[in-house]
Amino acid sequence: MALIRQTSPHASGKNHTNHIMRMVIVALVPALFVQMWFFGWGALVNVLWCSVVALGAEAFVLTLRKRPLAFYLKDGSALVTAWLLAMAIPPGSPWWLTFVGVSFAIIFGKQLYGGMGQNPFNPAMLAYVLLLISFPVEMTSWLAPQGAGVDPMGLTDSLQAIFAGHSIDGWTMATPLDVVRENKSLTMAELWTEKPQLDGLTGIGWVWVNLAFLAGGLFLLKQKIISWHAPVGMLAALGVMSLLFWNGTGSGSHGSPIFHLLSGAAMMGAFFIVTDPVSGATSNKGRLIFGAGVGILTYIIRVWGGYPDGVAFATLLMNMAAPAIDYWTQPRTYGHRKPKRGMAKSE
Amino acid sequence: MDVLSLESVIYALLALLALALVFGAILGFASERFKVEGNPIVDQINDLLPQTQCGQCGHPGCKPYAEGIANGEPINKCPPGGQATINALADLLDLEPMALDDEHGEEKPPMVANIREDECIGCTKCIQACPVDAILGAAKQMHTVITDECTGCDLCVEPCPVDCIDMVPIATTTQNWQWPLPSSSEQSGMQLIATDKQGEVA
Amino acid sequence: MSAIPLRTIHDFPGGVHPQENKEQSTRTPIAIPPLPARLVLPLNQHSGAPAQPVVSAGEHVLKGQLLAKATGFVSAPVHAPTSGTISSLEMHPVPHWSGLEESCLILLPDGKDEWCSLSPIEDYRTAEREELVERIHDAGIVGLGGAGFPAAVKMSSRKASKIHTLVVNGAECEPYITADDMLMRERAAQLVSGIEILQHMLAPEQVLIGIEDNKPEAIATMEKACAGKAGIEVCTVPTKYPSGDAQRLIWLLTGKEVPNDSRSVDIGILCYNVGTIVAVHDAIVHGKPLISRITTLTGSALSRPGNVEALIGTPAEHLLVFAGIDNDTFHTLIQGGPMMGHTLDTTAVPVIKTSNCFIAGTAQEFPAAPPAQACIRCGLCADACPIELLPQQLHWYAKSQNHDQLQHHNLFDCIECGACAYVCPSAIPLVQYYRAAKDEIRTHKARTEKSERSRVRFEQRQARLEAAAAEKEARRKANAEKARKLKEAKAAAATAPEKSEAKAEAEADPIQAAIQRAKAKKAARAAGTDSPAKPAKPARPQLSPKQKELKIQLSMAKAQLKKSERALPQMEEGSPEANKLKDDIALVQKQLEQLQTEFDAASSAPAEAPAATEKPVKAKKPALSDDEKKRKIELAMKKAALKKAERALAVAEEAGSDQVDTLRQARDEKRQALADAENTGVQA
Repeated sequence: MALIRQTSPHASGKNHTNHIMRMVIVALVPALFVQMWFFGWGALVNVLWCSVVALGAEAFVLTLRKRPLAFYLKDGSALVTAWLLAMAIPPGSPWWLTFVGVSFAIIFGKQLYGGMGQNPFNPAMLAYVLLLISFPVEMTSWLAPQGAGVDPMGLTDSLQAIFAGHSIDGWTMATPLDVVRENKSLTMAELWTEKPQLDGLTGIGWVWVNLAFLAGGLFLLKQKIISWHAPVGMLAALGVMSLLFWNGTGSGSHGSPIFHLLSGAAMMGAFFIVTDPVSGATSNKGRLIFGAGVGILTYIIRVWGGYPDGVAFATLLMNMAAPAIDYWTQPRTYGHRKPKRGMAKSE
Repeated sequence: MDVLSLESVIYALLALLALALVFGAILGFASERFKVEGNPIVDQINDLLPQTQCGQCGHPGCKPYAEGIANGEPINKCPPGGQATINALADLLDLEPMALDDEHGEEKPPMVANIREDECIGCTKCIQACPVDAILGAAKQMHTVITDECTGCDLCVEPCPVDCIDMVPIATTTQNWQWPLPSSSEQSGMQLIATDKQGEVA
Repeated sequence: MSAIPLRTIHDFPGGVHPQENKEQSTRTPIAIPPLPARLVLPLNQHSGAPAQPVVSAGEHVLKGQLLAKATGFVSAPVHAPTSGTISSLEMHPVPHWSGLEESCLILLPDGKDEWCSLSPIEDYRTAEREELVERIHDAGIVGLGGAGFPAAVKMSSRKASKIHTLVVNGAECEPYITADDMLMRERAAQLVSGIEILQHMLAPEQVLIGIEDNKPEAIATMEKACAGKAGIEVCTVPTKYPSGDAQRLIWLLTGKEVPNDSRSVDIGILCYNVGTIVAVHDAIVHGKPLISRITTLTGSALSRPGNVEALIGTPAEHLLVFAGIDNDTFHTLIQGGPMMGHTLDTTAVPVIKTSNCFIAGTAQEFPAAPPAQACIRCGLCADACPIELLPQQLHWYAKSQNHDQLQHHNLFDCIECGACAYVCPSAIPLVQYYRAAKDEIRTHKARTEKSERSRVRFEQRQARLEAAAAEKEARRKANAEKARKLKEAKAAAATAPEKSEAKAEAEADPIQAAIQRAKAKKAARAAGTDSPAKPAKPARPQLSPKQKELKIQLSMAKAQLKKSERALPQMEEGSPEANKLKDDIALVQKQLEQLQTEFDAASSAPAEAPAATEKPVKAKKPALSDDEKKRKIELAMKKAALKKAERALAVAEEAGSDQVDTLRQARDEKRQALADAENTGVQA
């Protein structure tokens, strides 16, 4: 009789990488629906197009690297990257923009570093920053969110806008972060009256998108796919920063904590970007620090920097700091007096 | 348009000179003060060699070869050390690792000498040949190898007048058996079926 | 329920909660399987040096009789589990990771199960501690929890520090295994008695029995058994793998940490598995050595899972059949638990002292591990590690074989519990990486140590040889000086002294001169030692030593011939060397023939009557061998001279020196001399 020989342990836990990736995608679905609700079909087309490009790019590089396709494509990491990027850029962006972004994310952001698990930077954020710097106009042309139930753009309109290059100028407008940033004359209350779509709390657009991301994040927490440390670190830091520097609702306002927590990519960043295990810190303590760093940098870039939102930049900056954070948060091994930091002494 | 007066140039030069002197002095002091006493390079090389003293490199022992390497000899003449030793030497000396020079022999699994004792005539020739005194015996008495001290250098085989010395590979037992590294799916070919890793055993 | 003494349980970091699967094997009491047809007893069932057999094949042994004795400090003896006959000592598969075989004693039971005489200790309270320790050692008791460290060694290695706490390990955190659970349920009295023996021996302030809270029956039984016993406390610890690891349990119960460079005894704590303590009880109170143990038989391929008291050496297949194995679904055999146990190739392996469990699993139960994916740095492994290592970093470094970094990251603190690999979402066989890296580092260290030793030995040898050479050189110079003075004196005294052949040659060639001097000296010395002792008697033919001599010469000549013949094809045909070699070969062949005939003649000659003389052969030998020796020395010297002459000739030929002819002549003379000497040697 043939008995199987294997190394111990012979039991294993339930979490599997493929499962983790699938759950992340599931958690993104509510936000996708809300985006579709407010921005039309463009959001869905974005996601689907990005997925196709991502899988194509991954397959292309895997073929070049002579790796088995099915095994690596199945792990779902390329899809997650595609979804995150698709949902971070304006819905209805032209096809070539997403094509460039996703290919860059997969090829340069991930595979050139050696594939999944090897990339020092979050591929989606890397591509986002590349697009933002290279194509600032396209990247800030967000459709104006429409009132509930009003389809801003039909499916055919979206497809035409994306693939045929039809102008969508008439539809676009600045995001709230842009508005607050550029505004130098109006108080916050006046701003919101002038542009009702931007008012967070009355229920249009951005806030709902952020709340949907929050819901997805809570789902991941509940499923024990992510730990609470990084999101809490980031949101707490962002909240504290905006509270500390909140200078009222006057015309020079930086915006209230609630405004900051619920606009831009705050929630998406907190639950889907800083929780990326590959490019983040490893230990729980490290994750708190990592998240807090992203929160602080995000606020600084939003308020005093040159770009309306700073999650992507902040994440990349903290990605660079992750090894240092790991170094300083190294735990003390049982039986040792203090953690052994640094490199082994070479002879 | 006399912005760049001679005077200001001279001042600038003087300032730079002063800076250079100060930093030079600091660097010089530091290099003296924090000097690391290193092993002489020959000893460091010798520490990496396997000390079989087999002479396959063409030197009478490992130390002379270490001296040779220190004087620029190629680092790939040591078959008992094999590729691992070459890599370690390359690392130490900041050279490119190279393949073993098969002129000096090929890499073999570790061996020990074994004397077929009933054939031994007690001539002591192997004792004289052994570079590490790992053979016990006296004239006209049977000789035997101290297995733990034998470096597997081969040198005792040739002098034996009755050819009673064999080099035998060290057997794998439960005591010296080693876990293999898992065959990686990242490197080399892909093995997607886990049982391939261990080999199915009947 | 009475108030359980509340003890702070110190939670350890990490840990996992694998599926327990313990209920299958706790439904029936401990069973005793029938006697197997043969018992296989490995000599190495413990950590440390293998035992050494003290019985021989065919010997009849009684139950409990010593079969193999301990060798060295860390070792344990092996006893006969039943009466029967030792059939052989052979290589047999054993429960080891490698699947390799080890030497095992095979015992064929005679079915009588007859005990040897046992000598229990009447009252251990009056016995000396040392005596008890020796008893425990002689009973072959090792840690039955899994590591198999000799129990007595653990006790006696304590020197300075005093044991203040005895931790009794009944945690049994591995899934599936219930051997300790059932033992505590059924043999609480023996366990408590064993604890009392240890209390007497070690005098600890407290005894803490740690049991995981998933064994309520065992806890209740132990509490009942320990009621009213001073200093013994039953402590319930939360179920979390690996709480049964000795150092984790010590931490859970006392909050004390064992420094990485020492053992728990150094901080005054000893930890024994419950099974070990029952074995101590048996050894002291009944005088029985360790010949059986409780083993769990479980897994979905068994129809009657449960615990058995198995004799050490019982083949696993015998037990599996007893537990109702279904060979159709049987797929994996694991010794130990699913977290740390190892798979076995064959069911022929025996139960050894550390076999706490055999799991016969089906393919559904233990599916093949999925292929490893890339590490996504999720950090779950670090969260699961009970000793707060960085499994991820260790994995990278193990992969790149960076030994320095591995040791820097405390690889050797890893207890291989498997928690990291259990949680790894990418199914990376982390534990195997660590084991391979540990083995590699150990081997590397051993190799480095050996090469260091070789270096020292080589250098010492070199120094010795140089010293010897220097001494010889000094002596040579002194002699030369003496000879020169003598010559001067002679030259001054005599007009024309008769010149010896040697001296003529010496004048002709300095190399020859040196050789001649050496020759003269050696001959002088040989003569000096030989002649004064006894005048060389006419060689009386003593056949057997002569035969031996001849045989040696014969084999040497044969080897010489073989070597020359081997060298011949490498040379260019027709070159002077080749011709020379051919001559040599012919010469040696001739000699060989002569030797052969001589030897045959000697052999066919009527053997010397052994009792012809009262004197033993030995007494006559010296006289003979002196003669032989002398001849041999002469022969060797002539050979050396010939070799040197040949070498000188070769040098000269190469250099085109005009001395070639002289040298060639000299060589031929030497060769002739050698042949003559050899002929006389043969004729003698």
